[in-house]
Amino acid sequence: MFSLRKAVYFLVIFLISQPLLAQSSSPNANYTIYALVGVGLFVILGVILSLSDNLMHVEAHDQGVELDDKETSISSLLGGILGKSDPSFTGGAPVHRFKKGFDIKLTGAAKSTIDTGAGVNRYAVRPSNFRGIAPIPRMEVAEGDEVKAGDILFADKKDPTIKFVAPVSGEIVEIRRGAKRSISDVIILADKEIKYKSFTVPSLESPRTELMDFLAHSGALTLFNQRPFDVLPSMSIVPENIYISTFDTAPLAADQGILLQGKEKAFAKGISVLGKLTSGKVHLGLDASGDAPRNVFKNAEGAQKHWFAGPHPAGNVGVQMHHTSPISRTGKVWILRPQDVATLGELFLSGTYDVSRTIALTGKVANPRYVKTYLGANIGELLKDTLTEDNVRIIAGNILTGKKTDLDGFLNVHDEQITVVTEGNQHEMFGWLLPLKPRPSISNTIPTFGDLKYDVNTNTHGEKRAFVVTGQYESMLPMDVLPQHLFKAIMAGDFERMEGLGINELSEEDVALCEFACTSKQPLQAILRDGLEMMSEQG
Amino acid sequence: MALIDKIKNLEPDKEKSPLLHTAYDAFFTFLYTPDHTTVDGGAHIKDGMDLKRLMVHVVIALQLCFLFGTYNIGHQHFVAMGHHAGFIEGFHLKLVHGLIQLLPIWIVSHVVGLGLEFIFAAKKGHAVEEGFLVSGALIPLIMPPDVPLWILAVSIVFAVILGKEAFGGTGMNIWNIALLSRVFIFFAYPTTISGDEVWVSGFERIAPGGLTDYGWAHGMFNTFFEWCNIATFQAGAVVDSFSGATPLALAKQGGWEAITAQYSASQMWWGAIPGSIGETSKPFIIIGALMLIYLKIASWRIMLGMVFGAALTGIIFNAWGGSPFMTVPWYHHFTIGSLLFAMAFMATDPVTATSTNTGKWIYGFLIGFIGLVIRVLNPAYPEGWMLAILFLNTFAALIDHYVLEANMKRRLQRA
Repeated sequence: MFSLRKAVYFLVIFLISQPLLAQSSSPNANYTIYALVGVGLFVILGVILSLSDNLMHVEAHDQGVELDDKETSISSLLGGILGKSDPSFTGGAPVHRFKKGFDIKLTGAAKSTIDTGAGVNRYAVRPSNFRGIAPIPRMEVAEGDEVKAGDILFADKKDPTIKFVAPVSGEIVEIRRGAKRSISDVIILADKEIKYKSFTVPSLESPRTELMDFLAHSGALTLFNQRPFDVLPSMSIVPENIYISTFDTAPLAADQGILLQGKEKAFAKGISVLGKLTSGKVHLGLDASGDAPRNVFKNAEGAQKHWFAGPHPAGNVGVQMHHTSPISRTGKVWILRPQDVATLGELFLSGTYDVSRTIALTGKVANPRYVKTYLGANIGELLKDTLTEDNVRIIAGNILTGKKTDLDGFLNVHDEQITVVTEGNQHEMFGWLLPLKPRPSISNTIPTFGDLKYDVNTNTHGEKRAFVVTGQYESMLPMDVLPQHLFKAIMAGDFERMEGLGINELSEEDVALCEFACTSKQPLQAILRDGLEMMSEQG
Repeated sequence: MALIDKIKNLEPDKEKSPLLHTAYDAFFTFLYTPDHTTVDGGAHIKDGMDLKRLMVHVVIALQLCFLFGTYNIGHQHFVAMGHHAGFIEGFHLKLVHGLIQLLPIWIVSHVVGLGLEFIFAAKKGHAVEEGFLVSGALIPLIMPPDVPLWILAVSIVFAVILGKEAFGGTGMNIWNIALLSRVFIFFAYPTTISGDEVWVSGFERIAPGGLTDYGWAHGMFNTFFEWCNIATFQAGAVVDSFSGATPLALAKQGGWEAITAQYSASQMWWGAIPGSIGETSKPFIIIGALMLIYLKIASWRIMLGMVFGAALTGIIFNAWGGSPFMTVPWYHHFTIGSLLFAMAFMATDPVTATSTNTGKWIYGFLIGFIGLVIRVLNPAYPEGWMLAILFLNTFAALIDHYVLEANMKRRLQRA
């Protein structure tokens, strides 16, 4: 808001104008002078307030008190008086409000009914979901073996302590191979009744290394995500924080509260387990816009809660972390989704590896809804008889960051929705000049009407060009990062600049909206992934 | 067969005739958006806005300036002769004369520029990029109405080849292309773009007694006008009392008094003064600027920074009062010359300006400051925006560098 420098500039201009105005002989000069004196007084008041604010911070720093900027700065007080008032369910905690970003409103949102009779028979574990592991892992099972939910399927040759386990019980029907004999899917035909392997659960008072070993060989560690670089957690490091975002703002994203229905106790237990694994705290990001979040999030214990409100990507963990507890230069942070936390909690409550998941079927399906299934479910069986059109693209995940798949594919480890969207492989006459069909756009040249939901297709609406427009990515990313320069640094391979501009704080999901908005149709997520690979190879 | 299939049948072979293929591709993508779909590994939907749409909106924003500029060419021509002195009198004559002057400039600008773009795109094997749509619309607006067409063509060749293609095409140029073409004429053929003689068109000499110079096009329209029984083009001569001086030239000689002796403040605001084709009508430029700000195509930070820089410099010069030019009140600097046009359409070119938000303020402010300094203090040529913008284009990367350094330092302090 107000800074000392700006106040000094205003003061200088005010002082310069005085002798000039003194020469003016117009009868209205007095009013101008009075008005300028009024402005000057206002400026001096602002300077005093700003100075006192800074002095208060210095005093607090000396005393060793940690001051959250939002709670004490004068601007936030004024904002509280004049601006939007915080909702009552936050209990007086500060709300981080984001102005940058954009909500893409699409048709096909899932209705709040949970369908329990999904009837999926085949589930798969996909090594390609886990970044950085060797393409051919060391298999512990072969085709035809019977496994229980929680039995070890394979391990990474680079770090064999972390095991990948079966999501359901049944028979291994196929170990599908991909390019260069890499293993793409380990497919299990599920039993009618899932049989669980029972684990001996260590108590929460055990040392951290024992807990980590247990997580590694029970397969639960594969649900974690380590930032930067989005890789599996490393056994040798202790994360400085663990962050969980309890709301997803991506287009057509599932309501996390619905996904956790019935798993509230497991979630609470999971939070307490996570508290033992980090040297810092467990953080929860909660949604302050709209209705109050479910009690499972609002009343969670053992975690520090942060409130956020704003358009997408306010629900992204990276954005939330940036504003509350940014990753230090050499630190690591672990990320989980709420359903993964519930699986962790269930493991410690009952000693079984339960990866039952509720996922949302959204987009161009006959009946968009939630279904209960397990991790790694077959897409074709989930979407049985629900596709309404032929020329569609099936996306595992949300429409901005998901992976294209087909009826033969399986859900990836962190997917919580399937989006089906029309393929846009048709020409449109003068489509760039007179877009006849409504389409979502951040630009004011394409009118967007209030709450209208769009029926989109995958057409690129233009050809790839060099970077021309500036300021566009910055307006889609509510972080103190300069994305366009970061992408240019990645393309040039400039490591110092990439690191200095904050590539370690970003993940593809944070720049996915920038890629949607990009006028030059550049593949930003791919560029960022290249940059992150370069940085992770550097070490 | 649908129309699109019939058109696709005409596609020339890419290997055997690359130039024809490029031209075909350019016109095809003008008619139809491509059927490309998003690739996996990225966002699956894309915004409806693309570069073509962006460029076409800038061209639309310029149309009011085009209309007024065309009419003003005719108006200045008749004012010099002393005929049809009122603004609306002889409406059809002025419009036609303006078009006769403007259309060749517009056609040459587009044919030469786009032709070069097609050749380079064919050689490199990629699609024709849309950057020249805007440059081609801006170049006629910054030229004097009587600019010789061959000089214009040479300047465009210079600007496009050395200013744009040598650096890598659209999005890679350091300097503003339209300004490069004008600066080429400024340095290589200075008498065609400076002085008092060039801002009024259609005479052999702009000195008193100079005769009108009408060509076959005027004759053609004359037969049409006679048939309609309305006024026609008559041969005439420049009246004795006329000087083709723009307000800027007058200010250099005698300050604000000299300007107000010949033009009223309202005349300068609405634009019935001699000058470059598009720069005179301030309300239309402001409408175009507001339109571009609303559509988020042009940066309001650059425009506002430039206004602050020019205003502050104008106030300082008013306080100093050293030369006649410095007595021009600071708020009238906005109505004379091309300050508003440069602010709205030239300085805000996103490729050549700074790309950080803080950098845009600094960039705009410095353009305002340096441009006004050149305008007021330059003994040779009383207009500074072309030079100031090109100068700041050179330093835009440096300004961005320091903003980036500040961002990186902030990040290190957080870690």
